[in-house]
Amino acid sequence: MSPSAHALAERLSCPLVEHAGPFDPYRIRRDFPVLSQSIRGKPLVYLDNAATTQKPRHVLDVLEVFYEAANANVHRGVHHLSQVATDSYEGARGKVRQFLNAAHDREIVFTAGTTDSINLVAQTFGRTHVDSGDEILVSAMEHHSNIVPWQMLCEEKGATLRVIPMNDRGELLIEECERRMNERTKLVAVVHVSNVLGTRNPVSAIVELARKRGIPVLLDGAQAVPHFKVDVQALGCDFYAFSGHKLYGPTGIGVLYGRSELLDSMPPYRGGGGMIREVAFENTTYADPPARFEAGTPHIAGCIGLGAAIDYLNRIDLEAAAAYENDLFAYATDALSEISDLRIVGTAEEKVSVISFVMDGVHPHDVGTIVDQQGVAVRAGHHCAQPVMRHFNVPATTRAATAFYNTREDVDTLVRALHTASEVFL
Amino acid sequence: MSDLRELYQQVILDHNRSPRNFRIMVDPDRTSEGNNPLCGDHLNVFVKFEGDRIADIAFLGAGCAISKASASLMTDAVKGRTLQEAESLFRKFHDVVTSDVSSQPDTDGIGKLAVFTGVREFPVRIKCATLAWHALLAALENRSQPVTTE
Repeated sequence: MSPSAHALAERLSCPLVEHAGPFDPYRIRRDFPVLSQSIRGKPLVYLDNAATTQKPRHVLDVLEVFYEAANANVHRGVHHLSQVATDSYEGARGKVRQFLNAAHDREIVFTAGTTDSINLVAQTFGRTHVDSGDEILVSAMEHHSNIVPWQMLCEEKGATLRVIPMNDRGELLIEECERRMNERTKLVAVVHVSNVLGTRNPVSAIVELARKRGIPVLLDGAQAVPHFKVDVQALGCDFYAFSGHKLYGPTGIGVLYGRSELLDSMPPYRGGGGMIREVAFENTTYADPPARFEAGTPHIAGCIGLGAAIDYLNRIDLEAAAAYENDLFAYATDALSEISDLRIVGTAEEKVSVISFVMDGVHPHDVGTIVDQQGVAVRAGHHCAQPVMRHFNVPATTRAATAFYNTREDVDTLVRALHTASEVFL
Repeated sequence: MSDLRELYQQVILDHNRSPRNFRIMVDPDRTSEGNNPLCGDHLNVFVKFEGDRIADIAFLGAGCAISKASASLMTDAVKGRTLQEAESLFRKFHDVVTSDVSSQPDTDGIGKLAVFTGVREFPVRIKCATLAWHALLAALENRSQPVTTE
């Protein structure tokens, strides 16, 4: 890193406060400006964290400093600002590598989000490795973003999409998973944590089963990284995808981790500037990963903002934050379970703090509208997981998902608001 | 709570709980489908004519209280009316629920449907109140493509 980039980096990290002492959610909350506002005269209770998380002041500051002091395109110019921008951009890649404990920076590809990351794998690895008669294995609890790209590929190639079933607690049936793996299986693509059920899937076991058969594994980690530490080398997965905006970073930025042997062997995703080695009208050769997969001007500010979010997370005691969140999750589960006409959908043994539920006689959209009147933000709908809705025979659910900045008071407000919903519909 | 009571009036709650004309019609002259895929409201409308009059109308589907009650009240409101009268009622109803909150809505001639005036305070829910109506219009105009209000 050049000295000026160092200066910028220092400036970019200066607003970070040390969070010494025991984990304190009330102090953490002060780092998130959006949380201090009122909605309809009521303090905001933000429980839509599985849709997107709020951004700490540090991320907002870094974005502002970047645009104010360092904005330039990357990998292009010889001028000062371009070097600063390039250093910051590549610095963010290093932060993501550390965050996932990947072996090399070149295994980190910046994308537009989890959806884009999965489409990248489908359109590159998928199109070169999947043929007619082959199979791709997903699970019954996938988000549409880990279903549709594979269906599109299967349709193009004449391949078959197969599904690992789950039980009524929302747990994958591992023995069924093994039975569905065979010599035609070209990829296993499974969600690490379900965005509807909160289930934390036994992905290490799935990777082990797949590896024995030489089948690569993609993990959709969008809902996992915000809740616990992920180590891609320990998991042994081949691809890992997540979104910046669910990790306290900006929207429009995501990550694809790919094991370097695989990335090296994959053709480009989109064609354009930045992903080439040499262009001639007769023949074009491509850059090495990750540049091969990052055509066009990337979302530079987004990458740097994601790096800032990771810096922020590194400053708070993540283990203590996870322990706090688990405690809050248990509190919320108990509190919601006490509401007589409410049923929680997704009761897996291994779960993170994503709670979907249905109420007798009150449609989730009506629940959403009613609790919104109390300043409570939840998600209502099918959560881009219609097969999950079908499995549990519900048209939609209401979902409350906490982050480490939520408190027991937030849960209490939700519970009161849900009682109001019952009263309105009595 | 007052805005909520305004939205979820007793008539709406009643029609949500026990929707009228909520059944399959075996020999409809026209059918149509309303689908809001993002929020999951989905219904089918069945119409039987006698001349240019709606002799019978029914619907089936799943959705929130607003969409279900709106479909139910709609079937009651248009049964026995001519095609033209039903279309005119649709326009009036549509004008009321999409009118500016600060204005006095013109609910003349829409009868019970005036209970949906409260929806104006909840802009994201207007699409729920109008889904069945757009489906009905598609049926009356003999359009087979599913309609959406998203």
